Amino acid sequence: MSTQTAESFDERATRFDPAGGAPPSGSQGDSRDRPLSWRNLARTAATGYLPLLLATLVVVAPLGWMVLSSLKAPGEIITTSLSVLPHSPTLDNYAQAATTVPFARFFLNSVVVTVIGSTIKCVLAVLTAYALVFVNFPFKKAIFLAILVALMVPPQVSVLPNYIFIAGLDGLNTYWGIILPGLGTAFGTFLLRQHFLTLPASILEAAEIDGAGHFRRLWQVVVPISGPSIATVALVTIVGEWNDYIWPLIVTDRPEMMTLPVGLTLLANSDSTSQAWGVLMAGAVIVIIPILVVFAALQRFIVAGLTQGSVTG
Amino acid sequence: MVKGSPRPKAANKRWTPRARRDAWVFLALALPNLVLIAFFTYRPLFVNMYYSTLDWTLGSMDATVVGLGNYIEFFTSGDAPAVLGATAIFTAATVGGSMVLGLLVAVALNQKVPGRTIARSAVFAPYVLSGVGVGMVWLFIFDPVYGALAWMLRGVGLASPQWINNPNLALAMVIIVYVWKNLGYCAVVYLAGLQSMPRDVLEAAALDGAGALRRFWFISFPLLSPTTFFLLITTLLSSLQAFDIIKIMAPTGNGTGTLIFESYLQAFGAYNRAGYSAAISVVLFVLLLVMTGLQLRFVERKVHYA
Repeated sequence: MSTQTAESFDERATRFDPAGGAPPSGSQGDSRDRPLSWRNLARTAATGYLPLLLATLVVVAPLGWMVLSSLKAPGEIITTSLSVLPHSPTLDNYAQAATTVPFARFFLNSVVVTVIGSTIKCVLAVLTAYALVFVNFPFKKAIFLAILVALMVPPQVSVLPNYIFIAGLDGLNTYWGIILPGLGTAFGTFLLRQHFLTLPASILEAAEIDGAGHFRRLWQVVVPISGPSIATVALVTIVGEWNDYIWPLIVTDRPEMMTLPVGLTLLANSDSTSQAWGVLMAGAVIVIIPILVVFAALQRFIVAGLTQGSVTG
Repeated sequence: MVKGSPRPKAANKRWTPRARRDAWVFLALALPNLVLIAFFTYRPLFVNMYYSTLDWTLGSMDATVVGLGNYIEFFTSGDAPAVLGATAIFTAATVGGSMVLGLLVAVALNQKVPGRTIARSAVFAPYVLSGVGVGMVWLFIFDPVYGALAWMLRGVGLASPQWINNPNLALAMVIIVYVWKNLGYCAVVYLAGLQSMPRDVLEAAALDGAGALRRFWFISFPLLSPTTFFLLITTLLSSLQAFDIIKIMAPTGNGTGTLIFESYLQAFGAYNRAGYSAAISVVLFVLLLVMTGLQLRFVERKVHYA
């Protein structure tokens, strides 16, 4: 901000100078004393707007293409003479996607798994983080270290043993089978612990002197003043659960228990729609748009949560 | 990293009634989560090592112990060069690509032009979207006949390559999409680094006559080294785990059989070779472990902390 303001001050000073004023310094002066000159505008456009516009376009164009294609009739897609906008927008692709595979059921399953999974994960994260910060226990350092290391272990490596375990308990094609193995939360615990450490100790001491036990201190003091951090953990968890793929893919093979990403794979593999891009784009829209809407509304929390660590080190 | 907890410790009066009660409270609060992490994150690492010594078809009741047989097969058959090669290319290209492009976008976003917050959100958005959905959209764009890319190439008189059938192009395709999805993450993290940069140093250099390029290369970039280091580690770890995009765009693993994807294909694809799949998982895990270790030992010391 500071450079910008300084520059516009310069410009005004030069312009108000009745004598026309000599440019302050040779080379830079030319462009400075006439801020709206073509050269200046072109330079701003080329270095300022153009890269931004390009970057935005590269991101937005494929998603826009997805939405537009999902509204096109098959004849407009299976053609080599492409038009950007659909001639007569239709929801036929959505209808066909829903009749080929049970998309409404996929949606319901995704909602159930996401809501139950993220609720439990958030509660577990709050409880564990509170215990790690505010309750005395001999091996806290070692336990926290174990949680940090768990952050590094890719869930994909654990897929086969967990599959054998869940299958052994008849958990294939069940909600609990989809949800249970992912419930332990190292990420949420880590993030909330770092936040709890920054809470002023005096508040908790005051509550303790007033006779509040751990549970009252947790629910009536710590949780209410940690709203944004808990929201961050909740949103990142929701995004993760909704998009989760490898585990639901392995643990479900009956369509009525599949989540949306798995169902989209099923749609892609079914014979009648294997190359029907309009139908597949309709499916992609249903998977992508809910998270896009959540992101658009609450991105401040999501970006903060996902880029955590870059600041805390 | 935050230095140890500031709370007082009950070091020598550890088992007073109060300490005992605290210990119970701690266990009541933390145990469910810790048990879940231990059981579903740590236990599988050891179980995998055991499975990796078996010749075992998924779903069958009997398995024979083959010791290191699966590892010997992996490293002596053609699998190791192909899988490790694909993993190395995919990882290097996606880490390099998303970091370099992310830095460029961050520099563009760091200018005071209207609309940059919208651009920042837009660039970050793909990072939170479903890899399956995104992969599907790009598969359509890459379609050699009806895809938007083929249409653009025809516009300049070129024929679209067969992205899916050619193993090298399939790998290139998933790399492009992965970079597209992840560069916004790098951009936003780099942007945070750029914005916390000390202004006085840059202004001093500008007064001394250093141009924008020189200022960036000799001042900003070195000052960003903690950010670069952080991104290198996080993107490396996530690239090695990339699954969704590869699975949806190149389901046969033709040219795209990275460690994680090959491990999936061996167990849950056509072969049902659980033991062999576990061995590949162990190789991946050891690789992750070695890289995390190297990072802690060497790289961190060379980083400039502003």
